[in-house]
Order: sequence, then structure tokens, then C-alpha cells
Amino acid sequence: MSETTATNSAETAASLAPIVDGSPPTAHKSRLYWAFDDAKTVAWRNLLKYVRVPQLIVFSTIQPIMFVLLFRYVFGGAINTGPIPYVDYLMPGIFVQTVLFGATSTGIGLAEDANTGLLERFRSLPMARSAVLTGRTLADVVRNFLVVILMVVVGYLVGFRFHGTIAESTLAILLVVLFGYAFSWVAALIGLRASTPEAAQAATFPVLFPLVFASSAFVPTATMPTWLQAFANNQPVSIVINASRQLVLGGYIEDNRLYVGVNWFDVGLAVLWMIGITAVFAPLAVRAYRKKVS
Amino acid sequence: MNDNAIVVQGLHKSFGDVHAVKGIDLEVERATVYGLLGPNGAGKTTTVRVLTTILHPDQGSASVLGLDVVDDAQAVRERIGLAGQYAAIDEHLTGRENLRLAGNLSHLPKALTRQRAGDLLERFGLADAADRPANTYSGGMRRRLDLAAALVHRPPVLFLDEPTTGLDPASRKDLWGVIDELVADGTTVLLTTQYLEEADRLAKRLAVIDLGVVIAEGTPQELKARMGGTVIDVGFADHETATNAAIVVRSAPELDAQDEDIRVDGSMIELAVDDGPKTAIVLLRTLDANSLTPTTLAVREPSLDDVFLTLTGHKAEDGADHANLAERGAA
Repeated sequence: MSETTATNSAETAASLAPIVDGSPPTAHKSRLYWAFDDAKTVAWRNLLKYVRVPQLIVFSTIQPIMFVLLFRYVFGGAINTGPIPYVDYLMPGIFVQTVLFGATSTGIGLAEDANTGLLERFRSLPMARSAVLTGRTLADVVRNFLVVILMVVVGYLVGFRFHGTIAESTLAILLVVLFGYAFSWVAALIGLRASTPEAAQAATFPVLFPLVFASSAFVPTATMPTWLQAFANNQPVSIVINASRQLVLGGYIEDNRLYVGVNWFDVGLAVLWMIGITAVFAPLAVRAYRKKVS
Repeated sequence: MNDNAIVVQGLHKSFGDVHAVKGIDLEVERATVYGLLGPNGAGKTTTVRVLTTILHPDQGSASVLGLDVVDDAQAVRERIGLAGQYAAIDEHLTGRENLRLAGNLSHLPKALTRQRAGDLLERFGLADAADRPANTYSGGMRRRLDLAAALVHRPPVLFLDEPTTGLDPASRKDLWGVIDELVADGTTVLLTTQYLEEADRLAKRLAVIDLGVVIAEGTPQELKARMGGTVIDVGFADHETATNAAIVVRSAPELDAQDEDIRVDGSMIELAVDDGPKTAIVLLRTLDANSLTPTTLAVREPSLDDVFLTLTGHKAEDGADHANLAERGAA
């Protein structure tokens, strides 16, 4: 710095000079415009991290790949999924599991930003209050989408196939990714309430574990005890997996038979859950952000 | 037009049972550096957070450039810069990207952001490292990048929360130079610090804060004047000798010293007097008459360390003392 000061002090004085009289150089546009533009900026910033450290995406597929191998080749043979191959039953569950565990990074990332003082800087800027969270969750949607595509490739390598139309297959993936988005608001709330990134991770896990494993992700719920079935059949993770699975199969299973055609009521129910989770947890997360002081 | 860039009146802020700020009043003149001096937990950072719209005050009011920090928060945010104790930068972004992030979120036109980012990187000696991720930067570089990020939108009011904590002496002097330049150009700077030397060097006026209240306010010269004109430091072989010497000095009628003017610090005694050189002669005679031989002797102006001790009865902060010692050692 000192040598720069010495060589071009005249020029540099201009570049530091504050705007003492007159308005700030801010571009004045509507609040809605800035809510989107700031969210875009924050999402850009969060995605750059994955560009700089691509291992973050690669490593987040390792755990789900191990689950695929474990259930496909170790446990799968003992699990009866009736008229459809187990791998086709399994993969929609794996997709949802992947985005849910991926959503944990939303909370961890926010807790990290709180610890480094970055959230504090954001709060002193004229940026839209909502953008820190919408930008973060949007970036995580993009990330989740990439990871799910990777998992589809992995699925194809172990024998998984889409059986529905292209539109149904696309919708199956879309449903999973949007569910990940809804859940990232839950993770955001946990991350903002946590004191450290480690605490955020530790606090998210006990929420995820029962939702993912007491569900229809890996085994048909019919083999579970009745009291557990009551939970497993009606909790959002199962509902989203069931909808996505129907879209993957291009049909639904009833009485151990596969019927062609998707039950759109089930898909609608899954969409309602996503809207509901977002509607409840997004405002709670925004409130937690406003209160948060690192 | 009001000449004060920052006005704080009767500010209170609590966190649960902890009353961080208990009625602070401040007036900061435009285009000057105002120092908030105090130990950790004194309420400096809380005051800065209220002024930068991060926290809402429980009671009292605060305004920046005549804009209320609660009612006109958005307008305040467009006119302030904040650089903190922890460099608030994104590790994975390059220096340039960090500045673009700050500029975009400050709602500058995109082209202007790009131009300002380039200028600032150049100005802060980061041009060569501009396109490297910030996690490859040294501590001093991170702090400069953080300050640059706070300056992207050319704010007329700048808040620096312990900007030099943890910096090496050379980086600290560099930063002081930048602050001088900013103020010369008309920036108003509110600076918090634990370093008394820093407040003395930079601030036109300063407030000493302890336990959430202002315990003294004025120019550094005024605060030093409270100590009497000069301080005489006398060193002895050990603490015991120094203690004996203090007893002798206290009871010597020819020195006419008040109890609060004498302090024993390790093997040193400090004596605050009105007329240093003259008193020094009398003091040495008295010590000699009592067979007490000093190992070191210094007649100096009182430092803000002395002021803080006199005002609060305790040291500014242990950490700050260590850092000061380290700096003296390095210098």
C-alpha cells in the first residue's frame, strides 16, 4: 500500500474521496426490483463457492452413492417391492434424501456467514433484507439440481430407468428439487438460531433422520408397525417420494399391482406440502435473520 | 446546516440482563475522527451497531447526517461504510469479486461498481492479488480489502470498529495514513479502539467508555491535562524497592504529592506532577537521601493509558497492553 501512496497520490486521492454533498450514487429502482437483483447477487456469490471448490458438490454425492450401493446390492434383495424392480423403487427415495441432506448446507452456510461477520456487513448495506436468505436458498436449488442430475446418472449405472413420459420424468426431478428448496428454509431457520456452523449441522440431523428413514424412501411402509405407519404414510417426505416415484414409474402400485397412469391428487398433495413448509418457515427464517447479531 | 455528522442522545441497549449501553450521548463533528475508547465489553461495538442500523436502540435516539437510524434506516445505509474487527469478506471470492459484491448490494450502477472496484484494489495495493481468492490473502490484505469494501459507495460517514486490532505495526501505520486521507477529503470517521495510542494519534475528540457509559469526553489534550502536566517514571531493581520508594515519596513534605498522583506498577513508580523537570530534581534528592537508587528515569507527557487508569481505576485491557508491549518491542 505504501508504495502506491507514494507514486500516484493525486490520482488516488480522487478514488477515496467521499461524496460529502449531494446524493449517494445509488441507483433508485423499485423495492421489488432490488429484492430480485440482490437475491441474484447473493446467489451468484454463493454459487461461486461451488465453482472455486467443486469438491463440495462432488463430496456431497458420495454419501448418497454409498446409500445407493448399500440398498441396491446389500439390502435390496431382501426388500419386496412387488411388481417393480427395487432399484426403481429406491432411486426416487435417494433423490429426496440427497436434496434434504443437501439443504443442511443452507443452514451451515448462514451460520458461517454469521461467524465471519459477513451477515453484519450485509445488514449495514442498503440491500433488500430478504435477499440474504432468498439468494442463499436459490443458490442451493441450483446446487441441488446438479447433485440430483449426478444421482440420476449414478442410478442409470446401477439399472434405474424412468418409465413415464419425458414430461413426467422432468416433473419427478422438479418435484424433488423444489422440495429441497422448501426444506432449505427449515435448515435456514436452524442455521440462524445456531451459534456455530457445527451446531447448525448437529441440530439439522435429528430433524432429518426420522423424516428420511421413517418414510417410504427405502422400504414399503406396509412392513412397519402400525403406529409407525401412521407417521410414515402421512409425513411430507413420504408424500413427496410417493409422488415422485409415481412420476418415475409412470404409474402407481396398488394391491401389489402396477397401474399405468399417475394419480395427480398425490402430486398435488406433495406440492401443497412444499407450499405449506415454505409459507411457514420462510417468514420464521426471515425473522430469525433480522434478530441475528453475530 | 448542522455541523455534526453523528448525534447520539441518551442511548440505551440491553441484551437480556446485560445492559451493554446505559445512556450514551455523543456529538461528532463533520470531517473529523471521533474516537470511542474503552475495554472489551464497554459498549463500543453496541453503539456502532446501533449507528449502522444493525441494532435498534431500546431508548434514546441516534442520527447520522441528520437521518434517524431507525426511521430513515435505508437512507442511513446508503451513506455509511462499516469495517469491522473481523474482516467481513467472503473467503472463496476474489478481492475483485468481494468489492463487486459490496458495490452491487449497495445498489451502485454495475459499471460504476466495476470501475470503483478496480480503483480501490489499485489504491490499497491489492491489484496484483485482485483475481486471487481472498483465502490466499494475509491478515493485513484481508483488512485492507474489508476497508475497501466499506468504501465502494464513497460513504461520507465511516464506522471503523477496532480496525487495527491484530494488525502488525506497519499495517497499522498504513491504515492510519488512509484514515488521514479520508478525513482530509471530508469523511467523518467514528473509530472504536482499545489502543490509546491510536486514539491519541487519530482522533480530534474522543469519549472514554466504560461499562456502557461515557466517563470522559474531550480532545486528547484535554484528557491528558486531567493528569497534570507531566509524568515521571522511576524504575527500581524490584517491586519491593519501588513500594518503599512510593511510601517515601508520599510522606516527603517537599514533594507535596497527593495519593492519587502516585502509582506503583511492578518495579516502577509513576508520579503525576505539574512541573516535571523541577520536581524530578527534588524527587531524586529525596530518594538519594533515603538510599533508594533508581535504575531508570523518564520525564514524559501523560499517555492515554494514564488517563484511563486515572478515570476508571483499572487498566484499559490486558490484551491491549500485551499488544502495546509487542509493538514497542518490535519498534
